[in-house]
Amino acid sequence: MAAPLETASDPERLRRVAIEPVTRVEGHGKVTLLLDEANRVRQARFHIVEFRGFEKFVQGRPYWEVPVMVQRLCGICPVSHHLAGGKAVDMLAGATALTPTAEKMRRLLHFGQILQSHALHFFHLSSPDLLFGFDAPVERRSVFAVAAEFPDIAKKGILLRKYGQEVIRVTAGKRVHGSLVVPGGVNKRLSPQERDYLLADIDRTVEWSAEAVAIARRLYEEGRARHNGFAAFPSPLLSLVRDDGALDLYHGGLRARGADGATLFDHEDYATYWELLHEVVKPWSYMKFPFLRALGPDAGWYRVGPLARLWNCDFVPTPRAEAERRALLDFEGGATRAATLAYHWARMIEMLHAAEGIRALLADPDLLQGELVVKGERRYRGVGVIEAPRGTLIHHYRINEDDQIVRCNLIVSTTHNNEAMNEAVRRVAERYLDGRELTEGLLNHIEVAIRAYDPCLSCATHALGQMPLAVELRDATGAAVDRLTRDADGGVRRG
Amino acid sequence: MSGRTFTLDGQPVPFTEGETVMEAALAAGVYIPHLCYRPGYGHHGSCKVCTVAIDGHNAASCTTRAREGMAVETATPELADMRRALVEMLFVEGNHTCPACEKSGECELQAVAYHIGMAAPRFDFFFPARDLDASHPDVILDRNRCILCELCVRASRDVDGKNVFAIGGRGIRARLIVNAASGRLGDTDLAKDDAAVRVCPVGAILRKGDAYTKPVGQRTFDLRPIAAVAIEEARRERERRRG
Repeated sequence: MAAPLETASDPERLRRVAIEPVTRVEGHGKVTLLLDEANRVRQARFHIVEFRGFEKFVQGRPYWEVPVMVQRLCGICPVSHHLAGGKAVDMLAGATALTPTAEKMRRLLHFGQILQSHALHFFHLSSPDLLFGFDAPVERRSVFAVAAEFPDIAKKGILLRKYGQEVIRVTAGKRVHGSLVVPGGVNKRLSPQERDYLLADIDRTVEWSAEAVAIARRLYEEGRARHNGFAAFPSPLLSLVRDDGALDLYHGGLRARGADGATLFDHEDYATYWELLHEVVKPWSYMKFPFLRALGPDAGWYRVGPLARLWNCDFVPTPRAEAERRALLDFEGGATRAATLAYHWARMIEMLHAAEGIRALLADPDLLQGELVVKGERRYRGVGVIEAPRGTLIHHYRINEDDQIVRCNLIVSTTHNNEAMNEAVRRVAERYLDGRELTEGLLNHIEVAIRAYDPCLSCATHALGQMPLAVELRDATGAAVDRLTRDADGGVRRG
Repeated sequence: MSGRTFTLDGQPVPFTEGETVMEAALAAGVYIPHLCYRPGYGHHGSCKVCTVAIDGHNAASCTTRAREGMAVETATPELADMRRALVEMLFVEGNHTCPACEKSGECELQAVAYHIGMAAPRFDFFFPARDLDASHPDVILDRNRCILCELCVRASRDVDGKNVFAIGGRGIRARLIVNAASGRLGDTDLAKDDAAVRVCPVGAILRKGDAYTKPVGQRTFDLRPIAAVAIEEARRERERRRG
C-alpha cells in the first residue's frame, strides 16, 4: 500500500515540478512534485536516478577482491564498504576472531572515516542552510559563503575533515580508496612515526569536535520550535549495539526499537539479517525500500544513522560524547527522537566520539605490534555489517568451491533511510509548499529535509534485472497513450 | 669489453657480440619500455612496445642484435606516441580495472603506462567477455588481464619444463589456453611456485592468498619506477649468467 501523497490517482492532469538534481548530497537524485490547479501537492517523491549495479558485476570475481573493489562505490565513505566487505570476507575465510592489532587498526581507520565524513557533511554541505536559513538567497547557501562570513567555523571544519583523511591515509595508504583489510586481518600496523604524526593534532581535533557539537546544539536550540517539527515523524530505529548496549560503530548485534521506543529485537546476529529485514521495490526509484519483517512493508520502515544510533544505544563509550548524548536525549522531553533536523546534532556528537576514540586508540600499543592475520576454514557465506557514517551497512556474499562470488546483496545505509527520506519530503511538501506559489527557497526546504539524512545516493542502487520499471508513452498534450510495466520477476505487461 | 659501440639517442653504448639493443641499453642504464621481454626468458618481440628507430627503420629492440656503428633512437616524439598507442590498445582490448586489481602497484602494464605518460586511451574500450579460471587450488587465471605476452608460455616450457600454457585462436580471438583436456587450470600440473606463475607481468596469473598483503606505499612500483626496477633486474640476470 502506498503512503499518502506517494502516488496521485490522476497524474496526467497535474503540474509537475522537479528538483533536479538534489544538491549538496552525494550522488544523483531528484524530487518530483505533482500539483493541481490550486497548487495543492498531490504527489511527492524522492527518486534515485543513477544506477551502479555492483551486486551484479562482482559476480564471478574472487572473494578477496571484495574489500578493494566495493569501496569504489563511493568517494565519500569508501572505507565503510572496505570494512563491511572485509568483515564479510573474514567470514568467508573462516576468520572468526581477528588479532587485537587487526581489529584496532580497522577501528582506527573507521573512526577516521566517521570523522571526515561527518565533518564534510556538517560544514561543507549543511552548514549554509543552518547558518543562513533554509530560504536564504541561493548564492549564500554554499561553503564559500560560510568561509566568508564565518571563517573560523569554515577553517576548523576543513581541518577536522583533513585530520580524518590523514588517519585514513596513514592506516590505508591513501586518503581515498586505499587498502588495509585483507581476509582475516589487515596488511599493516602503525609505525611509531605514524602514531606520533597522528598524535600531534589529536587534542586539537577533540576540542574542535566538541566546539562543533556546541554549534550544532546552539543552532538547533535557537530554532527549537521549527527544528522539533520540521519533517518530524516517529519511526522505528535500527543500529548495531555492543554486547553491553554501548554505541559501537564497527561491530555488534542488531537492535531495533519501535516508534514508541519499545525494543523490537536486540543483540541479534547480523549473519542472518534476512530473518529480520526484507526489501520491497517500487517502479519509480532504483533504490529499494527495506522494512522490519515483523512489522511488514507499510509499518515496518525505519531510520538508521547518527540519530537512530544515539537513541538506540544505552550509552556512548567515550565520556564527552556520552554527556552530549544525554543532552540530546533530554532536550524538551525527547523531542529530538522524531526530529529529522536533530540528525545534524547527533552527527556532531558522533564526530566527537570518533575523535575521542582515535585518541584512545593511539595510546594503545597493539597498533604498533602483534600479528596481522588469522586464518580459518573457508566457508560459503559471508555477511559483514558495520555502522557507516550514514547508518547500518550490510554486505552479504555467497561463493562457490573455486572462491568466486555467485551472489551479492548490499543494503546500504541510505537505502535503509529511503522511505524515511520520502516521508520527510512528503511532510515538508504538505507543511510548507501545499497551496503556495513555489519559490526556490521553498523548494530548498525539501532539500534541507533530504540533506539531514546525508544520503549517499550512488551507494544505494545495485540490483540488476529485478528492478521493476514503468514506461509511459504520452501524446503532445501529455495524455497517457500507452504504458509498459516490468514487474520484479522480470515479466513485462501492458498497462 | 670488446670496445664495440652503437649510439643510442646520440650517446655511445657499448655491447658485446650477440647482445640485443635492449640488453646493451639496460646494461648501460638506459630503460627502453617493454612488456613481453624479461631478462633470462628468451627473445619474443611480440608486444612491440620496445620499438626503436635503427638507422631510420623501426625495429623491436629486444630482438635486434646490436651492430657496430648503428644509430638507434628511442626518445623521439613519434616513438613515444606509438608506444602510448600500443599500450592504450592493450588497455582497451582487455578489461584492466586497475582500481580493484590486486596486481596494482606490482603490474608492469600499469607501471609502463605511467612511465610513458599514458593518461586515458584514445580508443574505445572493447569490454570483451573473458573468463576467469579459479579452478586451481593455489593459482588463479584471469584472462581479462592477459596481454598475450607469452612470458608464461616460455617460462613453463623453458624453465619449468611443463608446457602448461599456450596461445590458442587468432587475431582478436587469441587467448591463453592451458594444457588440460578439460581446459581448466586446476587439471594441469601447474604448481604455485612455478616460474610461469611468478613471471606474469600483469594480473592474469596470480597466486591465491597473496592479494593486497603489501600495503599501499610499499609495493614494488610505489617504491621505485619501472625503469630502475628493469635495469636492476637485467643486472641481476647478467650476474646470474656470469655465475
